[in-house]
Amino acid sequence: MTETAFRRMNDLPSTHLLGGGTAMCAGCGGLQAIQEVYDVLGKNTVFVNAAGCMTLLSIYPFTPFRGSWLYTAMASAPAGAQGVRDALDILVEKGRIPPEENVQVVVLTGDGAAYGMGVSATSGAIDRNLDFLYICYDNEGYGNTGQQYSEATPHAARTATSSGPRGYPGYKKDLFSIWAAHRPAYVATVIGAEPLDLARKIETAARVRGPRLILALAPCPTGWDFEPRDTIEIGRLAVRTGVWPLKECVDGQVVHTKVRRPRLPVEEYLKRQGRFEHLFAPERKPEILDEIQARVDAYWQRVE
Amino acid sequence: MTRTLLTGNAAAAWGARLARAEYVPAFPITPQTEIIEKLGGWIDAGEMDGRMVTLESEHSMITAAGAAAAAGVRVFSATSSQGLLYGMEMIYTVAGWRAPFVLVNVSRGLATPLTLESDHNDVLAARDSGFLQIHCSTCQEVLDSVLIAYRLAEDARVRLPVIVNLDGFYLSFTREPVAIPDPETARRFLPPPDPERAHFRASRPISQAVAVLGGGPYSYFRYEIHRAAQNALSVYGEVADAFAAAFGRSHGLFESYRTDDAEIVFFMMGSFATKAKAAVDCLRADGWSAGLLRPRLLRPYPDAEIAAALAGTRGVAVVDQNLSIGKGGVLYTELASALAARRDASPVLVSFIGGLGGRDIGAEEFFEMAAVTRKAAQEGRAPEPRLLYTATELREMRKLQSIALRERHQIGEIPPARRASARPEREERP
Ligand SMILES: Cc1ncc(C[n+]2csc(CCOP(=O)(O)OP(=O)(O)O)c2C)c(N)n1
Ligand code: SF4
Ligand SMILES: [Mg+2]
Repeated sequence: MTETAFRRMNDLPSTHLLGGGTAMCAGCGGLQAIQEVYDVLGKNTVFVNAAGCMTLLSIYPFTPFRGSWLYTAMASAPAGAQGVRDALDILVEKGRIPPEENVQVVVLTGDGAAYGMGVSATSGAIDRNLDFLYICYDNEGYGNTGQQYSEATPHAARTATSSGPRGYPGYKKDLFSIWAAHRPAYVATVIGAEPLDLARKIETAARVRGPRLILALAPCPTGWDFEPRDTIEIGRLAVRTGVWPLKECVDGQVVHTKVRRPRLPVEEYLKRQGRFEHLFAPERKPEILDEIQARVDAYWQRVE
Repeated sequence: MTRTLLTGNAAAAWGARLARAEYVPAFPITPQTEIIEKLGGWIDAGEMDGRMVTLESEHSMITAAGAAAAAGVRVFSATSSQGLLYGMEMIYTVAGWRAPFVLVNVSRGLATPLTLESDHNDVLAARDSGFLQIHCSTCQEVLDSVLIAYRLAEDARVRLPVIVNLDGFYLSFTREPVAIPDPETARRFLPPPDPERAHFRASRPISQAVAVLGGGPYSYFRYEIHRAAQNALSVYGEVADAFAAAFGRSHGLFESYRTDDAEIVFFMMGSFATKAKAAVDCLRADGWSAGLLRPRLLRPYPDAEIAAALAGTRGVAVVDQNLSIGKGGVLYTELASALAARRDASPVLVSFIGGLGGRDIGAEEFFEMAAVTRKAAQEGRAPEPRLLYTATELREMRKLQSIALRERHQIGEIPPARRASARPEREERP
């Protein structure tokens, strides 16, 4: 990797470029990640958004972005990025706008769009080697509609559509690997609670061309049922328990950028969130807890 | 003037080429595919300076088309039927972006049942979206309408996308002699896109398609789209005049054929209207006073102009090549509402549904419709709406059903008891 401008926490910008006063919930982990991303990318960007919580960042006549914004629909933000990218290339090529007017095209979607409805549009955009950056804030459910389970929901989580004693019966889809299997220029996972790691990855992503995809775990006080002040703590626990591996993939090589040894037990992460409360009360459900732990352990065994 | 034999699809492609479309998001579907193949061929051969991208669906295709048009390049795209419906969410969305581009739809009946042949339910599903609609009946008109559509779409008073419609098979694959305009005249008629319309540039950020809170702003923006579409009515007149001046061919809001003194008028759109023309000539030869009024611009709908054109007409046979399930023909309903405002000139409207899924409309059926309509006009009362369907067709249909039934007996799907009762019941039906 080339030189980074972000060696230590002090290198991170102390003021945010993204305007405040948005409609997001207090303690929104998705917004935190976007703020950090935006600081690195800067304002010469157009954010192409899919339906989700972040759609409400831009409500007429306000926007927190200093650059451009285009809302599309739930399924097709990558296709919107294709249209904007191609158009800008044509405009520059034909001299209708000077090259310095060119901007980076950034797709911004939630997990519902990224893991489900928008998979085909994303896959197509990567196949076409579209020069774009995809930011998915993964709050592990359809947040905007009230946190129903999505294909990103983790096993056993309670959601608005999985309220039984065992929570969501399915397992979180491995979107990182699905993306990586397309061999895009860059894929990485990040989390707002690890801003240095995040900034370096966005810095890397901004330097390369082609499809670059970033998956940001987005602790969501409203959907995950925890206090807004705990967002960063929960984000850190996601990393320290090994639930959310921080990694990147360049040229098919996956590298873990932050490996915690020893890892904390997953319970430390789970018990802080109301969506997993039924695993601890009225009585403990050791078989589910053990299974979750075993799956995390198995992942890291493969890695280490 | 030299003319070249072109299919409707090739004429559409020539329209895009002469409009110097810079960007062509595409996705194949019968009967449209020839259009994008042709454009792709020209681009690959260096004969056309454009960029074509095949998306992974029409939903994405229309998103990319709208996004690129919003960014300020000239965009062309084409689809049919299931493709148009697959992209329908974005048809509404990009019209709201006020993204001017041209989408050719090659009409094809919608599933279910599945068919490849033509009717207008597909394009009428986009009727209320904010896309303007121009309906063609000849290959020449297809080419010309694409050029007209760009001028209309890009006009600052309009700024809306336009669908140019032609019928699958009947027009898409039929070769007709077409005058291909010379590129220089086309360029003069349609100058390059306004460079000021280049959005998303670094120095001039813009937020497009943002959410609104509440019905106030929502109604405001929706009505703005409506007003822009209504502006397109007078703008269309200017554009059509400019087109006639440049190329010597007039394409009005609608085509009136021998309507001046007509008592009975056929009202229908698309390629089947040419059959109505032939019927009008026969009827005239037999001493009937018949004519044809064929809407071209369906959105915006020229209410007043159509009502005026029908003043003095006693009966109108509205032939709908579509079916609004549970209601009837769409053209009929719309014409009735256009005439409702004018008490002075209200002909009797008779509703016919015909040509669904490419079903032909025969000359004798036009004569029958004329007779029914004349009788209705004399009596001042319209009969029930009718589906054009012959006894022979019904007999053929019964044959197919009996084959289907026999197959099901053979695989034992229908138990003998039910079989016994099922059979006569079917045969008793008319
Ligand atoms: C085609 C379509 N279906 C459903 C919806 C309703 N909808 C809006 S936002 C949303 C949830 C999106 O979930 P996700 O992508 O995870 O974003 P989040 O809301 O969690 O931020 C849904 C289902 C929609 N806007 N469009
Ligand atoms: S629901 Fe969750 S992701 Fe959505 S705004 Fe609130 S905290 Fe953020
Ligand atoms: Mg979500």
